[in-house]
Amino acid sequence: MSTRPKLTVDANEGVANVAYRLNEVMAIYPITPSSPMAEFCDQWVSEGKKNLWGTIPSVVALQSEGGAVGSVHGALQTGSLATTFTASQGLLLMIPNMFKIAGELAPAVFHVTARAIATHALSIFGDHSDIMACRSTGWGMLGSASVQEAVDFALIAQAATLRSRIPFVHFFDGFRTSHEVQKIEMLTDADLRALIDDKLIAGLRARAMSPDRPVLRGTAQNPDAFFQGREACNTFYTACPQIVQDAMDQFAKVVGRAYKLFDYVGAPDAERVIVLMGSGCEAAHETVDYLVKKGEKVGVLKVRLYRPFDACKFVEALPVGVKSIAVLDRTKEPGATGEPLYQDAVTALAEALMNGFGKLKTMPKIVGGRYGLSSKEFTPAMVKAVFDNLKQKQPKNHFTVGITDDVSHTSLPVDPEFSTEPDNVIRAMFYGLGADGTVGANKNSIKIIGEGTDNYAQGYFVYDSKKSGSMTVSHLRFGPEPIRSTYLVSRANFVACHLPMFLEKFDMAKPLVPGGTFLLNTPYAKDEVWAKLPTPLQKSLIAKKAKFYVIDATKVARDSGMGGRINTIMQVCFFALSGVLPRDKAIESIKYSIKKTYGKKGEEVVAMNLKAVDNTLEHLHEVPVPKNANGSGGLLPPVTPNAPQFVKDVLGKLTAGEGDDLPVSAFPVDGTFPTATAQYEKRNLALDIPVWDEKICIQCLKCVAICPHATIRAKVYESAALKGAPAAFKSTAARVPEFKGMSFTLQIAAEDCTGCALCVDVCPVRNKTEAKLKAINMRPQAPLRAQERENWNFFITLPEFDRRKLKVTQLRQQQFMRPLFEFSGACSGCGETPYIKMLSQLFGDRAVIANATGCSSIYGGNLPTTPYCVDKGGRGPTWNNSLFEDAAEFGLGFRVSIDKQKEFAAELVKKLAPQLGDDLVNGIVNAGQTDEAGIYEQRERVAALKQKLAKLDSPEVKLLLPIADMLAKKSVWILGGDGWAYDIGYGGLDHVLASGRDVNVLVLDTEVYSNTGGQMSKSTPRGAVAKFAAGGKPMGKKDLGLIAMTYGNIYVASVAMGAKDEQTLRAFVEAESYPGPSLIIAYSHCIAHGIALDMGVGARQQKLAVESGQWLLYRYDPRRTEVGENPLQLDSQAAKTKVQDYLLSENRFKMLTKSKPEEAKKLFAQAQVDADRRWKFYQYLSGRDLKSGAAPAAPSKPSATADQQP
Amino acid sequence: MDLTTTYLGLKLRTPLVPAASPLSEEIDNLKRMEDAGASAVVLYSLFEEQLRQDRLELNHYMESGTFSFAEALTYFPEPEEYHLGPEDYLKHIANAKKSVKIPIIASLNGSSPGGWTQYAKLVQQAGADALELNIYYIPTNMNLPAGEVEQTYLDVLKAVKAEITIPVAVKLSPFFTNFANMAKRMNETGADGLVLFNRFYQPDIDLDTLEVKPNILLSTPMAMRVPLRWIAILYGRLKCSLAATSGIHRASDVLKMLMAGADVTMLCSTLIRHGVGQISVIERELVAWMEEHEYESVTQLKGSLSQKNCPAPSAFERAQYMRAISTYSVP
Repeated sequence: MSTRPKLTVDANEGVANVAYRLNEVMAIYPITPSSPMAEFCDQWVSEGKKNLWGTIPSVVALQSEGGAVGSVHGALQTGSLATTFTASQGLLLMIPNMFKIAGELAPAVFHVTARAIATHALSIFGDHSDIMACRSTGWGMLGSASVQEAVDFALIAQAATLRSRIPFVHFFDGFRTSHEVQKIEMLTDADLRALIDDKLIAGLRARAMSPDRPVLRGTAQNPDAFFQGREACNTFYTACPQIVQDAMDQFAKVVGRAYKLFDYVGAPDAERVIVLMGSGCEAAHETVDYLVKKGEKVGVLKVRLYRPFDACKFVEALPVGVKSIAVLDRTKEPGATGEPLYQDAVTALAEALMNGFGKLKTMPKIVGGRYGLSSKEFTPAMVKAVFDNLKQKQPKNHFTVGITDDVSHTSLPVDPEFSTEPDNVIRAMFYGLGADGTVGANKNSIKIIGEGTDNYAQGYFVYDSKKSGSMTVSHLRFGPEPIRSTYLVSRANFVACHLPMFLEKFDMAKPLVPGGTFLLNTPYAKDEVWAKLPTPLQKSLIAKKAKFYVIDATKVARDSGMGGRINTIMQVCFFALSGVLPRDKAIESIKYSIKKTYGKKGEEVVAMNLKAVDNTLEHLHEVPVPKNANGSGGLLPPVTPNAPQFVKDVLGKLTAGEGDDLPVSAFPVDGTFPTATAQYEKRNLALDIPVWDEKICIQCLKCVAICPHATIRAKVYESAALKGAPAAFKSTAARVPEFKGMSFTLQIAAEDCTGCALCVDVCPVRNKTEAKLKAINMRPQAPLRAQERENWNFFITLPEFDRRKLKVTQLRQQQFMRPLFEFSGACSGCGETPYIKMLSQLFGDRAVIANATGCSSIYGGNLPTTPYCVDKGGRGPTWNNSLFEDAAEFGLGFRVSIDKQKEFAAELVKKLAPQLGDDLVNGIVNAGQTDEAGIYEQRERVAALKQKLAKLDSPEVKLLLPIADMLAKKSVWILGGDGWAYDIGYGGLDHVLASGRDVNVLVLDTEVYSNTGGQMSKSTPRGAVAKFAAGGKPMGKKDLGLIAMTYGNIYVASVAMGAKDEQTLRAFVEAESYPGPSLIIAYSHCIAHGIALDMGVGARQQKLAVESGQWLLYRYDPRRTEVGENPLQLDSQAAKTKVQDYLLSENRFKMLTKSKPEEAKKLFAQAQVDADRRWKFYQYLSGRDLKSGAAPAAPSKPSATADQQP
Repeated sequence: MDLTTTYLGLKLRTPLVPAASPLSEEIDNLKRMEDAGASAVVLYSLFEEQLRQDRLELNHYMESGTFSFAEALTYFPEPEEYHLGPEDYLKHIANAKKSVKIPIIASLNGSSPGGWTQYAKLVQQAGADALELNIYYIPTNMNLPAGEVEQTYLDVLKAVKAEITIPVAVKLSPFFTNFANMAKRMNETGADGLVLFNRFYQPDIDLDTLEVKPNILLSTPMAMRVPLRWIAILYGRLKCSLAATSGIHRASDVLKMLMAGADVTMLCSTLIRHGVGQISVIERELVAWMEEHEYESVTQLKGSLSQKNCPAPSAFERAQYMRAISTYSVP
């Protein structure tokens, strides 16, 4: 019996554990799904954990993966054991240095969670396209198929690189392996020591650059030398496979698990063999075991060492009698003769027969196929389909499996009923709400079972692409044998629905096996719940003879002090009903685990969880399943009935969770999708929605401005338009003098609201007789849903007010503009989206948006539906996301291209003057387009132009027509977060700002990498705790605005809508009107700050930040210098409160006082100094009188009164 | 001039003691207090409720939004350990003891029966010379009789006294139906001293925002009248020490409190307003007054104008101005 610790971890944690112990320097950068490895390492450093040699490694976070790999290269060249963790685009950014590192034979292992590369779309999920993109770098490539293998290969790769001097990419499948929780055996220090020879490390040191024994590397070589030099490394590559095998053999001796470069599993006399690598090997292995037992002559060859590819070993590993081979690639190489692994296999076999190595006498039939791109499911049924294909006389080549390709007809038919799952595996599915703790509890259950029994355990978690109200589906398996099912549970013994709302949307009982158990969290009593279920669910439960249990977990949670966290309660129910463990033992284990998990967070947290455990069982009830269905109706349609056909047929399917059923023909060929589709997906997330009190509303429209999801709208209209209004539709007289005599309505999109309550918080009005009420108040959604749906539908038919007549710098007028960004998937209470919405209101009809990857690209552009939308005329923002790092350059490309086309169009217009008439030509060419009216008129002129052109025919006309629209103003916007602007995209941003071109940059500054889970950026303020800054960020925030101002010709604004909304509005209007580069840095509160986002406090936090001097409001307008004015206007007032008052109101700062109190004291004091200094400096800059050239008066203290601002 | 006094059995150089306030959060301030002549110092309060709140809040924010979205499964690093208990406060007591020679009186506000005793023991172990129980409770439950409320106070005191050996003072509010009776029962239950009185945060209304905002106002000399009355009434009737706090800003205030019967006078607002150095100013003025009026010691002053010893004892009981009372008494 092994004494190695058994852990239930995912591969990220397991691999990081080994990599940390085997390295001295780690240069890191976050990218999904590899980020947790870097986070673990950074955290262990802050905890003082030592590596194998008894020293704490150095971890340094860089500005990009390009930076990280550069630092690793440097560390390697100076003799350190160095590593990094990455995936996808990150790995691509490392390629140039990877060539160098391999060229210099510097030993290193990079751990890569293999992930799709963005092509027609971005995907965070797993496939091998990133790995394949760097196969020419000269790196060894070792692929793991499971969590255990990933841990093992992390060591084997390190041993191999030190021995061979060839650097290695150790890869495992993103999410499927990186995030799959499995019970594994962790390697001990003794295991590591047994394989790692310190003499080889001494060799690394001896080869290192040192001025004590100087050498020169990185020379430039000419034709006379380069080629020979490049070939000089060959012997290392020839020797490498055997070195890896030796390391594997030694590992087997020490640890007991044996691996081969190519591991064959299956019938010794197999005739049909599948070749593949990565997590798919496990599903294939499971299927082969099943089929071989049934007498089929099949096998699977798992490729471990992909580079250097040992053709001889590959052929030798194949069974002698193999007649047909399918090589499966988890990548696509359009235009190639086949995908890479297939090509390697064909070449190896051809060479084997040509040169006589291996045992094969004749060339087997060999076909290649693609599977599992972007974590598409790869199941035993698909493996079976591949074997069935190999049975054919002419097996289909270059096939796909797992999709329906009705365009090129590449796909293989798959039998959906085929399953290999044995009866002794308990399979459970849990449908949870993101915020309810379901996933955490399930991870905990796996630990309890994995570590407390001899059972094997597996957990895999599917998350939503929306950030608010998201559903999580946990897939758990427990069984006596190792679990190789690297695919989702589709036949569950136990299904739990943690949120009753899901019942309306999905057929929960679909995956349930006959006789299985269905558990529902519901507020209804056991004798009334049945009638409340949708009919299809009732029918399923009856047909499957299911056991049905209910609990009001929400009530039990509330009574136990757990708030909305029902995790512990549902966990107890699972253990009570599933029978995985005896009930008493299970309860005892849960309690032990609660104490272990929450112990350090204090006795109260432990106590409330224990109380929840004790309160659960008495509230768990079985509901007898009647014979007949008499339910509450069918499932809700995924999109509204008025949705266009494409939305219904394609996006609706995706919304309903049935995207896997869509064939290839359903999709656009180039990744182009319509906008304005979010309006059809009614998510009904909010338990409470805002309700307008028209009697006391002052019509300031602050609520409209702050609403992150554009669900609060205001219109002014002639009263006659009210004809036909629903009875409950509210209307009152407009208060703004300009709209005297008109009617005013504030309407809430009840079905799109996420219930964040930001609107209530910013409402400045209080009810005179009951001060707790404002002009907008939260009320339960359910009873209002139907009425407000009708009101909303009427409201959107009311005419929009003429944009030309609105004062755009007055919020109470500007907010009548229709948002062209609505109902996004951003977090409830998001601090970023109000800015984008404002942009879309002001300029959406002419906006071309380049969006850096990040939160804004996910809620802005993640399928199924799209929040960017169109106005009545069909105009609206056009949007694209290139990469994380290049949004500025991408946007500059838009600008240059649009300007060029506009210039060319104007040239053509002038050429065509005789036919078009001088008036029209002059009007078009000299159009001002500086305001709404000017743009409107130009659009009219362009329309007239197009009408005229339609009647003309000449080469110029043909050239002009397609670009005539470019004559009307186009506003280029570059959007991104601080991770982009301050770090990875900074070089490009700086260059684009310096270009002088008319682009507008909006930095949604959350001061942290929000989308990837809260890693520090250079915008993170001093003292904030973030990942990669676990001990509090010691450095202050970079002043991006100040840097930009040094150019002198860039419009720069620093804004915080929650603090001063009209200053934000002015900044947007000025930035866009400035005919050069503009930069708006927008303070965006964020869930990663640790604030009660769902309680609507975001705007208050912005205000606090400004009032404490932590965030400055200013506008720097170069145009002011032309009239002799100081370009910098400081819009903040002197600090009213201490910085610490603000810091202690956010968990990101406050938690430092709990984790490192001394450090917190020091950093918070420095933060005050930062704020004081910044205030003085800005006051000095803005106070200079440029007209007289006089120096300003001495800067006053930050505690000066408000009226001292310039 | 003999300024010495005894409080909670502690022999003090003067009756000037800084009350619990944020000033005592910094060791440097404690040193300054000692240098300025403070004879002992009451540390800021350890609030069990605050610790509890912090723990729940931290847990909430660490878990909030986690495991919802594939790219951001969590938002914060999970520290290996948290300082969520009273460790910092206990460390502060130990540091204070190391840094100054004057007695250190810890202050504790518990919220659970177990919390009071547990923290009291820890405070004693950390080296505090005495403990001030900062018991405050604003009953708003209409069904809760006064007797039960009072019993809660006594139970806390009794439980704490049973667990520790250092002297225990109780800081109270004046809001009892019969404060004298309450003081007596406190004394009987084992209080070594009473600190009169606690000034709570009181609600205020912000007319700009129409919100209720609790805040604390620095005291004015007016605030000393309530403790002055009760100290004068209690003087000589209880075994335990009496500390005066609220509204003591100048030497004249100290003198009045001593004359009413206080063993020590506790300073807070004046130190926040004028700085810790104010202690030496008050001491100088106190000595000057005593010299001018030929007093020899604080002992001599103490209780000289208490209800027991003053010429018109009923003045301390009077709640309304009544003209007749000074000229005519009912037969």
